[in-house]
Amino acid sequence: MRNTYNFAFLDEGSKREIRRAILKGVAIPGYQVPFASREMPIARGWGTGGLQVTLACIGPADVLKVIDQGADDSVNAVSIRGLVRQTTGVATTSDTRRATLIQSRHRIPETPLTRNQLMVLQVPTPEPLRTYEPRETVTCRLHAEAEYTGAYLELFEQIVRYGTTTTDADHPVMVGGRYVMAPSPIPRFDNPRLEDADNLFLFGAGREKKIYAVPPHTHVVSLAFDDFPFVREDFSGKRCHVCGATSVYMTETVDPATGERVWQCSDTDFCARHAAAARVAAEKGGDPQ
Amino acid sequence: MSDVNVSELPVPVRHTYVEEAPVLSVSHLSRRFGAGCPYCDDSSNLLERNICPRCGAVHAVRDVSFEVHPGEILGIVGESGSGKSTLMQCLYFDQTPTAGDLRVAAFDGGATNCFGLSRQQQRHIRDTIFGMVYQNPYLGLRMSFSALSNIAEKQIAAGSRNVGEMVARGEELLGRVRIPARREQDPPSEFSGGMQQRVQIAKALSNRPPVLFLDEVTTGLDLSVQARVLDLILQLRRDLGVSMVVVSHDLGVIRLLSDRTIVMLDGQVIEHGLTDQIMQDPQHVYTQELVYSLL
Repeated sequence: MRNTYNFAFLDEGSKREIRRAILKGVAIPGYQVPFASREMPIARGWGTGGLQVTLACIGPADVLKVIDQGADDSVNAVSIRGLVRQTTGVATTSDTRRATLIQSRHRIPETPLTRNQLMVLQVPTPEPLRTYEPRETVTCRLHAEAEYTGAYLELFEQIVRYGTTTTDADHPVMVGGRYVMAPSPIPRFDNPRLEDADNLFLFGAGREKKIYAVPPHTHVVSLAFDDFPFVREDFSGKRCHVCGATSVYMTETVDPATGERVWQCSDTDFCARHAAAARVAAEKGGDPQ
Repeated sequence: MSDVNVSELPVPVRHTYVEEAPVLSVSHLSRRFGAGCPYCDDSSNLLERNICPRCGAVHAVRDVSFEVHPGEILGIVGESGSGKSTLMQCLYFDQTPTAGDLRVAAFDGGATNCFGLSRQQQRHIRDTIFGMVYQNPYLGLRMSFSALSNIAEKQIAAGSRNVGEMVARGEELLGRVRIPARREQDPPSEFSGGMQQRVQIAKALSNRPPVLFLDEVTTGLDLSVQARVLDLILQLRRDLGVSMVVVSHDLGVIRLLSDRTIVMLDGQVIEHGLTDQIMQDPQHVYTQELVYSLL
């Protein structure tokens, strides 16, 4: 690596400022801490918030994994991984178990994370009340007063119109009984992974200039009504056509060979490892589950 | 007369004034725009209409006091710019008054000045004790949310988390204000002005508030809708015993609805008394002008 940049691209002053925002976010779970989002070599809206959090936290001994919609090899993930590797020289991996720092867009890995792993999520819209109230000054006040009628009203409106909540992703959560938070556009399937997790979650919104956090073992509850409880996406009766996994988050696709509709794991690392394990089991003569 | 059996009278009208204490008690409420000066701080000194001649501060509401009793409708009349709406918005905590004292019996028995409470407590009073119908429906409704959601908003704010109950209540109220059930999922932005106003009334009623503020509810409505809205208001008072403060510059509305009336001019109360009294024997020059212009 030619040392043209400071370690991890950002200058030390910027990293300190971002770390201060992160520490404040960890101290007040779910609270959106404003920070001075830097110009990055990728465009805002393409993960600059997550990238800045990653760069401020990463050290030479870290092992980095970057995923986009569950895949390690999509364009966005590849370029962010390349940028961090070139400016830090850290090792990268696609194996969730080996990574110490995981930056992700739209998914939390299927493999449970441990206390030694740091999960960074890219956030497009950090404000869960934004559609209810467009003014930032007012939403700040609503958060200060813990006035979350708007978040519930949003869900109520969906139930009235469509008979069910229609949040595919970014279903709002109550963090630590105090702040309502946008969990970034992870599917509802991943929301329960925030509850009482072993690892620290950091959220970075570069365009909106906000950082927030869910520390380990925080109580995180998805918003719901008494008679309309929170439900995850239902994949019962479906299995991954590559690895055969069930009860994981899957995406619908078309098998190019047969033209049939099939389902496939969204988490490519999990899928690859599960397929490999199934092959080993099949060679030993066991049931390829 | 003695042989008339009281229980057989066709319409049993009951007037039971059990509670003597006012539900709402306002004293020395002022709302000033501008720094103010020692001259205009003294409410006995004269202003040029509502502007201080020394410092130029605008006194939208100046030293207003009144009480509202259980089941009573208090009317506030006055010309445009006399401070009626500002007064209402101060009472509903939309604006912060410069000075004043507000006691709400349903909150704590009238023990504390509600203007001194935290915003959270004020919000609690707004959501559970008060209902408000704004002159402009855009202030009171979320135009892009469905009519049902608008009604549910106040219930969610007051802590309800049961969709079934809120939908049932919303449908009941929409029926009451005569909005057809097939429009309940439409946003008020697609409603006519009269329908918007009726959704506002339904929303204000959703938590069965003991106190209702109505700011020019019938202005801009055609006569048949106006009559229906006025009917509804009187029905609410009769059936639910709701106390109301009704602001209007239409003396006909005031005469029909209110028991007592306050006349405001340039931010101050210039006359108050029973509505009939004010209509038939106005004392102040402005009130006389107002009453005679009605004929």
